[in-house]
Amino acid sequence: MKKKEAVVMGQTFEARTKGDIVFDIFNHALMIIICLIIFYPLYYVVLASLTDPKIVNTGKLLFYPENLYLEGYAKALEFPSLTTGYVNTVKYTVMSVIVSLLATVPAAYTLSRHDLPGRKTLMFLFTFTMFFSGGIIPMFLTIRAVGIYNTSWALVLPAAVSVYNLIVCRSFFESSIPVELLEASRIDGSSDFGFFFRIALPLSSTIIAVMALFYATSMWNTFFNALMFLQDDSKMPLQVVLRNLVLSNQLSAGSSGAELAERQKVIDQLKYVIITMSALPLIMIYPFVQRYFVAGVTIGAVKG
Amino acid sequence: MSSISTPKAPSRARTFLRRALQSWQLYVLLLPALVWLFTFAYYPMYGLIIAFKDFRIRAGILASPWATPIFKYFEQFFSTSIAVNAITNTILLSLYQLIFSFWVPIVFALLLNQIRNSRMKKTVQTISYAPYFLSNVVLVSVIYVLFSANGVVNSLIVEGGGAVKLFTSQAQYFRPMYIGSTIYQTMGFNAIIYIAALTGISPEYYEAAMIDGASKLKRIWYIDIPLIMPTVILMLVLSIGNIMTVGYEKAYLMQSPANTTVSEIISTYVYKVGLQTAQYSFATAVGLFNSIVNFIILFLANLLSRKFADISIF
Repeated sequence: MKKKEAVVMGQTFEARTKGDIVFDIFNHALMIIICLIIFYPLYYVVLASLTDPKIVNTGKLLFYPENLYLEGYAKALEFPSLTTGYVNTVKYTVMSVIVSLLATVPAAYTLSRHDLPGRKTLMFLFTFTMFFSGGIIPMFLTIRAVGIYNTSWALVLPAAVSVYNLIVCRSFFESSIPVELLEASRIDGSSDFGFFFRIALPLSSTIIAVMALFYATSMWNTFFNALMFLQDDSKMPLQVVLRNLVLSNQLSAGSSGAELAERQKVIDQLKYVIITMSALPLIMIYPFVQRYFVAGVTIGAVKG
Repeated sequence: MSSISTPKAPSRARTFLRRALQSWQLYVLLLPALVWLFTFAYYPMYGLIIAFKDFRIRAGILASPWATPIFKYFEQFFSTSIAVNAITNTILLSLYQLIFSFWVPIVFALLLNQIRNSRMKKTVQTISYAPYFLSNVVLVSVIYVLFSANGVVNSLIVEGGGAVKLFTSQAQYFRPMYIGSTIYQTMGFNAIIYIAALTGISPEYYEAAMIDGASKLKRIWYIDIPLIMPTVILMLVLSIGNIMTVGYEKAYLMQSPANTTVSEIISTYVYKVGLQTAQYSFATAVGLFNSIVNFIILFLANLLSRKFADISIF
């Protein structure tokens, strides 16, 4: 299929030397190989979660689910930590998106206004933190001092503003809300609030989507902050649960009575199941939202 | 800024104040972010002074006594054998990462840009982003199951007549696995910025080159690369500026008892001594040393790029 396209493509393109043709063939082949290298490991994990562990354990390459075996998924649902992890992560992600949008978007608008007194100083104060920070321990002590240690806010509030996102959002306002619009609305007697809420915001659905997705992905994937700022197992997000189950081998604990070999079989598969369950939501959504990510990065690049 | 000491200064201050008062609504919009900035960015920076104090959590930052001598915890760090090791590991890991991964998205973008079939181009690009959306935990877990002793990679090696390699635990594999997985994670996403730069190149350049009979490789060499060079240098300065902040999350996740000789970097060490053994002042001192070195490197890189390429991030 892909090869055919390559040939069709060749015919539509003029002025190719012999070297160009060799280059094109090589280049197309390379792109296909790159896609396989990127895609196959993920595909393999999903297949392994669905295939009889006996076949998986032979270590051969999988291309389709042989001997469909869903015991792993049934077992995964019996792990209460996995369900609470899921619920927690969804909760933290929703909270984070709301809080971050409320903090980032209005601030980005303000910083986009060239007539803002003190704009340069404020911008510097924000940008400086991208290159210098207090680090792990002072952050931990701050979280305790503010009194949010071991609460949802310990994850949500420190992540409320990402300066990189703030700059991307500011660049958007600078480049897509013309100054003339502001001047016109001032003549009509509109205040800064009025202009922001009635004119700037309604024109900014793209950047709001970009921001929501940036923050959502980052919170969905958050791990280290949870490890540092949360204490109770019942509050841990999915990533910490995943680390405990897969990387720290806590799976083998707890299940007794069953036959040892059978148990080992399920444990092996459980790893694939848990990885799949953690990664799948993002992997399934991203093809539909990736253009917003691209838009975000490109907007950010305009003003570096 | 340079005219700050002119006699007109007081009246300038007054106009500034008047203008600021008129824009109060703008400051209100900024307020949540400002509160965040001072609470979660500058207050922790203030907290860095515990590196020079004998910090006790009950006494708080101000009431804790100053360390004697003032650089006690820095001296303590440099007197350990871990210091040299952690610093070397940090620098080597990020240096290797820079050398082996920085150019990959650039080459990928240049080659992808040569694909004229837009559907294929889009598909390849979309697939290339996928790993960016995986968390470090998922990524390391995938490595862990695929590269373990009885995982699929080792099975293929054994089938091909090789011996089982302990990729996930032996020290010699840590850096290659770390950097390889970084390339896997970031190639597609980091390429976006270069692809955007390439798309912005005027077609006239190519038309002129094609009339002259320039081959594709020549067009890449003489048109594409020079024109995206400013972007490349900017990204390079930013990468160099992050050299000491190499992703500690992934390093921490990839650590095993057998590979800490190479996988213990400054930030994982800070986490361990700081939060797991509660030596707050000592860990803060180590972290501060790291931040300062990083900042100096960034500053120098920026200086060089401003001098030789007229590109600056500040």
